[in-house]
Amino acid sequence: MVWRPTLPRDARESVERLAVRKTYKLFIGGAFPRSESGRSYAVTSSKGEFLANASKASRKDARDAVVAARKAFGGWSGATAYNRGQVIYRIAEMLEGRRAQFAAELVAADGVSAKKAGELVDAAVDRLVWYAGWSDKISAIRGSANPVAGPYFNLSSTEPTGVVAVVAPPMGPLLGLVSVVVPVIVTGNTCVVVASGRAPLPSVTLAEVLATSDLPGGVVNILTGDAAELAPWLAGHMDVNGIDLTGAAPELAVACEQLAAENLKRVIRPPDGEIDWLADPGTGRMTAFLETKTVWHPIGV
Amino acid sequence: MSTTTSIDVASSNATLRAFLHGLPGVDRVGADGRAAMLGTRSIKTTAKRQAIDLAISMVDLTTLEGADTPGKVRAMCAKAVHPDPANPDVPKVAAVCVYPDLVAEAVPAVRGSGVKVASVATAFPSGRSSLEVKVTDTALAVAAGADEVDMVIDRGAFLAGDYLKVYEEIVAIKAACGPAHLKVILETGELSTYDNVRRASWLAMLAGGDFIKTSTGKVQPAATLPVTLVMLEAVRDFLAATGRKVGVKPAGGIRTTKDAIKMLVLVNETVGDGWLHPDWFRLGASSVLNDLLMQRQKQDTGRYSGPDYFTLD
Repeated sequence: MVWRPTLPRDARESVERLAVRKTYKLFIGGAFPRSESGRSYAVTSSKGEFLANASKASRKDARDAVVAARKAFGGWSGATAYNRGQVIYRIAEMLEGRRAQFAAELVAADGVSAKKAGELVDAAVDRLVWYAGWSDKISAIRGSANPVAGPYFNLSSTEPTGVVAVVAPPMGPLLGLVSVVVPVIVTGNTCVVVASGRAPLPSVTLAEVLATSDLPGGVVNILTGDAAELAPWLAGHMDVNGIDLTGAAPELAVACEQLAAENLKRVIRPPDGEIDWLADPGTGRMTAFLETKTVWHPIGV
Repeated sequence: MSTTTSIDVASSNATLRAFLHGLPGVDRVGADGRAAMLGTRSIKTTAKRQAIDLAISMVDLTTLEGADTPGKVRAMCAKAVHPDPANPDVPKVAAVCVYPDLVAEAVPAVRGSGVKVASVATAFPSGRSSLEVKVTDTALAVAAGADEVDMVIDRGAFLAGDYLKVYEEIVAIKAACGPAHLKVILETGELSTYDNVRRASWLAMLAGGDFIKTSTGKVQPAATLPVTLVMLEAVRDFLAATGRKVGVKPAGGIRTTKDAIKMLVLVNETVGDGWLHPDWFRLGASSVLNDLLMQRQKQDTGRYSGPDYFTLD
């Protein structure tokens, strides 16, 4: 007779199914790698309870993310504005489909009420749709036909700046994140985002949304970890063309802006006070990472 | 290894076959495992700096495209002599590698710098032509001033078991080279087994090749670590058996500094530092040079560099 391990009857009855826990990883080049360094850190809820372990990205992950963003830049900036708008609208569709999941994560991360969390997710979806509409209109308000004193047409049009590093705000782990990332990519830039260190889990879930919404891999790369560790490497990186320091603490922002001067990055400084992410965002975040190309076109020859 | 001389084993197809098939087989899993293990070595700071400079000095800067123009070759030669024009302490590369008709363009462009001119020849990259054409191809390249000739073996003959034909072709090309160094390209991506790589390495060395080179760069996979390991073991055993030292050149697919440093680790651990010199080990590549320069600049300035600051090719 073959021996088999058995549990006492009462123990078997009390065995419960173990929940399958999600591993929160980085988002680089459309893939979900662990940190090259192998590090992770514990993420807690607003009440201090353990939620999950998140990857703690290293400078080499940041470097890899910049390479991925640079690689994606040609295709994304070369896509038609109409196509970019469609892709961003698609992100909104995917996000809408995960409304309940995001609301639950916001309740856990920020301790907001379920009703408030639902409103924040709705606002994030609306923000995506709003920016999607701008994709083929921004050049109409920022470009121009310039009157010049000579036998020329002189036409200015907008071009994306390139690879932009984004330090996402620590507050507003979903709406704040969407509000800083989408204006950067809608005009054709690609980006490397340092997510909120305090509440990184919604950013990883947002990465899952991005990965399933026709957005080419590498257009958005999301790193979780310590902004004070990662941001200076991105600010000093010679292949990064702009940096949004919205989520950087004051001293970190000053250090990063100094590093960013070496290759004349475009910089968005952190705000003086709290930002109301529910307010009308305006076009400032899009135009901050746009270049102007002016073409002189002879006439009458 | 026996002390059989190459004249004995190359007397007929049967003796060559007996010798090559008598070589010990390669443990595929073992070779893959050892190459992967050596690839995990961590080379940092000052050692990394030395490795980067050594790797730069070993690069055969290569352009082998149908679209190569004289201007592109001249630009590449300028880069070979001064890889980073803003930084004179960057070493020059070992050689430039071009098609035979562009040798005459490259020779004056690198004259006096110490950078060698290598030319591919023998109906590169397929090697599908008659011996007369291959010998003439080689002779023209040498006459135009090539210091080194990179020939391809006839893989069709090799895979069909006609080792003598491959052997005699290498001997004929070696004769046509005259003073020029002969690198024999095995095109390991088409040889399908490590046993074949070992046999082709020995065949090329017996026939008089000065270097054995993995690939043309036109076939994938190209210079993988385990294939390079097998070839390094072959040159080590060949030196022990015959007293003649042969160089190794992995080419194709080496794109990053990490790839290049893994190769150097492999050389040091397999054949020792006697091969850690551009005379005995080369890296056939083009894009790896920019990555090496970027890593070097990262070490100098402390900030990550970007491809915008280096030439495209």
